[in-house]
Amino acid sequence: MVATKETIDKVKEVSSTYKYGFVTDLEAEKAPIGLNEDIVKFISHKKKEPKWLLEWRLKAYKKWLSMEAPNWAMVDFPKINFQDIYYYSAPKAKPKLNSLDEVDPELLRTYEKLGIPIKEQEVLAGVAVDYVFDSVSVATTFREKLAKEGIIFCPISEAVQTHPDLVKKYIGSVIPIGDNYYAALNSAVFTDGSFVYIPKDVKCPMELSTYFRINEQNSGQFERTLIIAEDNTYVSYLEGCTAPQRDENQLHAAVVELVAMDNAEIKYSTVQNWYPGDKDGKGGIYNFVTKRGNCIGKKSKISWTQVETGSAITWKYPSCVLKGDDSVGEFYSVAVANNAQQADTGTKMIHIGKNTKSTIISKGISAGKAQNTYRGQVQIQKNAKGSRNFTQCDSLLIGDKCGAHTVPYINQFTPHARVEHEATTSKISEDQLFYCLQRGLDTEQATSLIVNGFCKEVMKELPMEFAVEAQKLIGISLEGSVG
Amino acid sequence: MPLLEIKNAKLKLDNKDILKGLSLSVNEGEVHAIMGPNGSGKSTLSYMLAGRDGYELESGEVFLEGQSLSEMEADERARSGLFLAFQYPVELPGVGGMSFLREAVNSRRKFIGEEELDHLAFVKEVRKVASKMFVKDEMLKRAVNVGFSGGEKKRFEILQMAMLKPTVSILDETDSGLDVDALKIVSEGVNSQRNEDNAIVVITHYQRLLDYIVPDFVHILSDGRIIKSGGPELALEVEKNGYAGLINAA
Ligand SMILES: Nc1ncnc2c1ncn2[C@@H]1O[C@H](COP(=O)(O)OP(=O)(O)OP(=O)(O)O)[C@@H](O)[C@H]1O
Ligand SMILES: [Mg+2]
Repeated sequence: MVATKETIDKVKEVSSTYKYGFVTDLEAEKAPIGLNEDIVKFISHKKKEPKWLLEWRLKAYKKWLSMEAPNWAMVDFPKINFQDIYYYSAPKAKPKLNSLDEVDPELLRTYEKLGIPIKEQEVLAGVAVDYVFDSVSVATTFREKLAKEGIIFCPISEAVQTHPDLVKKYIGSVIPIGDNYYAALNSAVFTDGSFVYIPKDVKCPMELSTYFRINEQNSGQFERTLIIAEDNTYVSYLEGCTAPQRDENQLHAAVVELVAMDNAEIKYSTVQNWYPGDKDGKGGIYNFVTKRGNCIGKKSKISWTQVETGSAITWKYPSCVLKGDDSVGEFYSVAVANNAQQADTGTKMIHIGKNTKSTIISKGISAGKAQNTYRGQVQIQKNAKGSRNFTQCDSLLIGDKCGAHTVPYINQFTPHARVEHEATTSKISEDQLFYCLQRGLDTEQATSLIVNGFCKEVMKELPMEFAVEAQKLIGISLEGSVG
Repeated sequence: MPLLEIKNAKLKLDNKDILKGLSLSVNEGEVHAIMGPNGSGKSTLSYMLAGRDGYELESGEVFLEGQSLSEMEADERARSGLFLAFQYPVELPGVGGMSFLREAVNSRRKFIGEEELDHLAFVKEVRKVASKMFVKDEMLKRAVNVGFSGGEKKRFEILQMAMLKPTVSILDETDSGLDVDALKIVSEGVNSQRNEDNAIVVITHYQRLLDYIVPDFVHILSDGRIIKSGGPELALEVEKNGYAGLINAA
């Protein structure tokens, strides 16, 4: 059933409801504005990096210079001036990495405002958290307990110092420096991010988590995460992101690489809540992210779950390369776009090994004037006999000024495989809203309930603690979208 | 003061007169039955009372416990104690029955200044009520009304009513689609909620329901007006002779 004229008319402009839009007053140490070889050297020097990494960065920088920004996504924004961005910004009060007590109290308060008091979370949730604030990693909790299992969970800048062989072996092994424009940029200027190594036969006993926050004005955040899971392992990792409310756009160009060996399983969940800009599309984060996992080993499994509610523009396609026989790739996504937000997101499932399986469940919700595109590629290569893919893309429209688009690419090079694709588009009906209101729920509650119902298949893939938070976020980001 | 008072209600849909000056007074402890031919305006009346968008009165007024409803939105009316059991309950895909009910119950409790129920207390309460209505746990775990049979939907409506403890309930053809046993169960569910402080309006086509839920008053609605009111014997008359005689006499 279609929403009536009245409802649509009442699709009001939302006053800015971004509750994470505060700025923390910390003195920051910045590199000069703009990008050139010296900036790349500056970052590498700041991080006391070995020569090979500096050379790797410089190679990436040269590659980036020779590339063009991609323009095939269904997003529209003015050309980014890369000389107008700070590429390195660290809070000046030097963070001590091992002891929470020594973390700048101002910073701790910031995280409290975000609803994640470090100490409390450490004790209560049993979640190990790495906090990345602008360009540096501030504190990693629970490290000792993890170390007992032989698990390495630390800022990648630290791993470069302490485990250079592992970093050297795997960095860029999943996403080569020249993979795409933003990945090349990230490779040249990445500042920090998380590093996770799960040794053979270890099941990680807790959720690992990173919290990203962009604080500094005009600063880009270029984090780089690398997760390696050896044979017979399991790890579940979650990242959350916020940024203060600012009038100008800020760039976030991250790279995440996952490597899964025989029988290894990596579950990677994202709750992305970067500042989306105001209702007219002023400000907000450009979220241009490259995420890919290599299922190298037999029976390995990589599962991406994402709840994307923030950012002015989202451009990301977490993907799986299914090399190992019987390996499994999964992509569960909820993308909410309200007001002037634009989201072009999806996945790539590249089936190379035999009997590989992939599942794609995408739920797109559009409200206001937002545009929401699912773009997904399923490729079954010649030797991937017995492989299967199932894709389901559902779009929910709220109001009649928004748009939903589904762009599937299917390349199948063997007849001995099965690829299925289903797509639906629906609206929140007047009947559904009235039914909820008649039971005493207000419009916001009703919308949130119906939308969360629509996303349920994806939400149930999130770790419990975060599912509740994600549900609330979806409600908040749609506030005011229904009359 | 009546719990529900409708004064000369007139309402147009799509420029067509549907309610043409309807008045009705319902007091504490009373059960009223409204009967009338298809298309006479019964569901329209119930939507108007519940405050559905597009069902605003053209003239006339409605009072719930003496308070005018004209400025109140649908959700506020519901929280104030007005309940509508839908003729066609609506499906909410992915929305679990338990969590839906809990949000509803807590909205109402918060509004009337009662403490919200925590998860455990709520589940206990639902189980108690549900077992009386022979609603299985399994049904509460499913998405609201999705894939429910006609009878299950109606039973779930009455379960919601029992949980929300409304002051005024309007049951729009709650008996349609029920088998003999379900009719009995649902009627008992409704009867168990009758008390001196609330009131129930049942809309039905069949006298059979009124054998179970015995009304104090029966009203005949025709062409947007109540053309005759009486006791339970009026329903028997309709059953025997149909509406034609009554309408002609009016
Ligand atoms: N949106 C609308 N626009 C125009 N006319 C409408 C609209 N909705 C309902 N009507 C008309 O209003 C009249 C009353 O409908 P209503 O559903 O209230 O009848 P009812 O008494 O509940 O009937 P039934 O016994 O079949 O349930 C009918 O003639 C119907 O066609
Ligand atoms: Mg009707």
